Amino acid sequence: MAETRTITIECLRYNPETDSEPRFQSYDVPFTDDMSVLQGLQYIKDNLDGSLTFRWSCRMAICGSCGKMINGIPQLSCQTFLRDIFPARVKVEPLNNFPIVRDLAIDQSDFLAKLQSVKPYLIPKDPKPVSAGTFKQTPEQMDEYYQYAQCINCQLCYAACPQYGLNDKFIGPAALALLHRYNADSRDGGTAERMEVINSEEGVWGCTLVSYCSEVCPKGVDPARAINQNKINSTKDYFLRFIAPKGGR
Amino acid sequence: MQVIETDLVVVGGGGAGLRAAIAACESDPKLRVALVSKVVPMRSHTVAAEGGSAGVVRADDSLDNHFEDTVSGGDWLCEQDVVEYFVAHCTEEMTQLEHWGCPWSRKPDGDINVRFFGGMKVQRTWFAADRSGFHILHTLFQTSLKYPQIKRYDEFFCADLLVEDGRVRGLLTIEIATGEMVLFDCASVIFATGGAGRVYKQSTNAGTVTGDGMGMAFRRGVPLRDMEFVQYHPTCLPGTGILMTEACRGEGGILVNKDGYRYLQDHGLGPLDPWPRPKAMELGPRDRLSQAFWHEHQKGNTIETPQGPAVHLDLRHLGAKKIHERLPLIAEAAEIFARVDPTKDPIPVCPAVHYTMGGIETNGNCATSLPGLYAAGECSSVGIHGANRLGSNSLAELLVFGKVAGEQATAHARAQSRGDSSALRRQAQEQETKLLGMLRQDSGDRLATLREGMRDTMEANVGIYRTEDAVREACTTLAEMRDRYRRGVRLDDRNRAFNTEWLTTIELGFMLEVAESMAHSALNRKESRGAHQRLDGYKDRDDEKFMKHSLAYYAGDGAPRIEYGDVKITKSNPRARVYGGEGKKADLT
Repeated sequence: MAETRTITIECLRYNPETDSEPRFQSYDVPFTDDMSVLQGLQYIKDNLDGSLTFRWSCRMAICGSCGKMINGIPQLSCQTFLRDIFPARVKVEPLNNFPIVRDLAIDQSDFLAKLQSVKPYLIPKDPKPVSAGTFKQTPEQMDEYYQYAQCINCQLCYAACPQYGLNDKFIGPAALALLHRYNADSRDGGTAERMEVINSEEGVWGCTLVSYCSEVCPKGVDPARAINQNKINSTKDYFLRFIAPKGGR
Repeated sequence: MQVIETDLVVVGGGGAGLRAAIAACESDPKLRVALVSKVVPMRSHTVAAEGGSAGVVRADDSLDNHFEDTVSGGDWLCEQDVVEYFVAHCTEEMTQLEHWGCPWSRKPDGDINVRFFGGMKVQRTWFAADRSGFHILHTLFQTSLKYPQIKRYDEFFCADLLVEDGRVRGLLTIEIATGEMVLFDCASVIFATGGAGRVYKQSTNAGTVTGDGMGMAFRRGVPLRDMEFVQYHPTCLPGTGILMTEACRGEGGILVNKDGYRYLQDHGLGPLDPWPRPKAMELGPRDRLSQAFWHEHQKGNTIETPQGPAVHLDLRHLGAKKIHERLPLIAEAAEIFARVDPTKDPIPVCPAVHYTMGGIETNGNCATSLPGLYAAGECSSVGIHGANRLGSNSLAELLVFGKVAGEQATAHARAQSRGDSSALRRQAQEQETKLLGMLRQDSGDRLATLREGMRDTMEANVGIYRTEDAVREACTTLAEMRDRYRRGVRLDDRNRAFNTEWLTTIELGFMLEVAESMAHSALNRKESRGAHQRLDGYKDRDDEKFMKHSLAYYAGDGAPRIEYGDVKITKSNPRARVYGGEGKKADLT
């Protein structure tokens, strides 16, 4: 068996039924080289304190459930390893900028509403029945949107976004990247319908291009680039309004 | 207790549940649909499916090929009329997903590309790189947002299915954030709750895959069919069980033992050349490959890792470009979770529990024997997988039968008049009292003690190969675990709000009963077929006695009662199940 060492994991605790404010609690956790922060939390829950509350599911960085602030940085706890932090302590907090439901679990409802607001579904440019077969789309056309389709909705980018921290009306990085994913899809004709969201104060103009969102993304999505692209589109749309009767197309 | 009146409740927000909810809206736009899920839908385990989804599309393929591959892959324990329906509807579902925006991988001319999977005569697997499940799930979830009649109840834990006068009348759920009970008063329920892989120790499955729907249906008298057939996926990371997709081999990856030898040729999958060829060597089916691993381990030919024995999955000859284009998730996951760069080194892999072939018995319309209850996806046994599921048939199943379940459950809901709900409310209150009682339990085992006891015995005794003695030991241990569970689990957490210890304890109750149905079905099947292999004098398939579905019935606190049901044969009579052998070299697409 692999060598076992002991690391201290300090977790934010908050129970809405009994606590007036959050506190921290430390646990000593034996770990092997292959253990993630998530596995450390699971060890605590199984063996030391069954009341520690956190979300997790796939433990392979694809379901987007287990994002936490780990030593101040928004990260997926399943792919952050205890060996890389040892001998320092691990400080685990819920993702920044979200209300806490309990301990490390945040309230995701605002994020889910924002996702819905960008009409994140294909609005076909040239609808046809399923019996007519698939649409053509070359690999080059796929490249236009493909990276933006990799978002796992883990919300790390919202925890990283200073604008979202200041103004939670801001649509935010992941939802705007998803909006761009559909606008940039050669099969989609819904750009005009999504323009209202882009143009609003809470749309792309809310972003001040700190780009920390792109830095923390665990899937290589570049929301800052998507937002910047849509600032250009939004500006074009604004000027085209003066010359075209129905807004820019 | 809050009561929500609706027409249809879909339990589970994975591929099958979302597809069912959309189909329900399309077939009756006025229907009130509640989508209840213990996680936000895009967290569901469909997200982790990698390789792809089957649908006949090439000129050199046919529906007959897909049918034959599926039925022989299932060692003839499939409902052949259901398989015929299935293969005829896969491709239109893949096309529908494309119309909804799914980024299927393409050929240079912009048409859909398909790849090989194990046990497949012709390339038939639609894929979105190696994140096929992720893209399917997000496409379905995002598309579902177009339908305002789907009312989502995210992070509501379903604790019980409520039955009155022999038909479904409601569901008792717990709103996770508050711990409050919420009763759904409804006419139709679709279970799309996924499999039960977490009853084993080493599994590719997410933590949520705990057999909840199977457990609830079982307790209400619906049989669980063919539960002894549990699929071990041959290529997973030792320890965590994280999946290294079959597409690795579909793209040309090879498996070697500690001597660098392609050992599959010694286990009925050879000869080596010409290679690659369909249904041979690394393109054999999962049950055979996992069994071959077991034999190599017996022979001392596996590699020791800190997490246990392994063989090597070697992708290096594919080249970095192809690996990063076709298998980006694998490259990333191998790097992060195994610290291996697969462009430079082989990946250590071993079999891990992956899929529950059996499940809630349904007919071809996804209807169970309980009026108003439907099931689709991995929690169900609609009859297409038999004794061993073919890779890329499960994603297709979610779509084809998710749609059927949505339409059928809608028709049922429309035809019902529900009437008085006072008995339903009383029943819900009785259940609520029991569930809340768990929070006050002062003595008993820790949750993890019972859960690990169950997992250890399943892994050790109801694994790739089985014997009477070992399976009996599992049955005894499971009965003991259930007994201790009944006496009570002592929780650290006495709160109601977001009490995941409480919820996982309820899940454990389902898991123990589902595990028992697996073990007892395995004990009684005295033959070897597909994923159920015995070493104790029943090494061969016995069509005479066991060309039958196992049916496990709930029997209260005791062991389940095992009965048998007929298998529907339409056009393929059982014959020897042969892989490897002669064949032409195939081109990888």
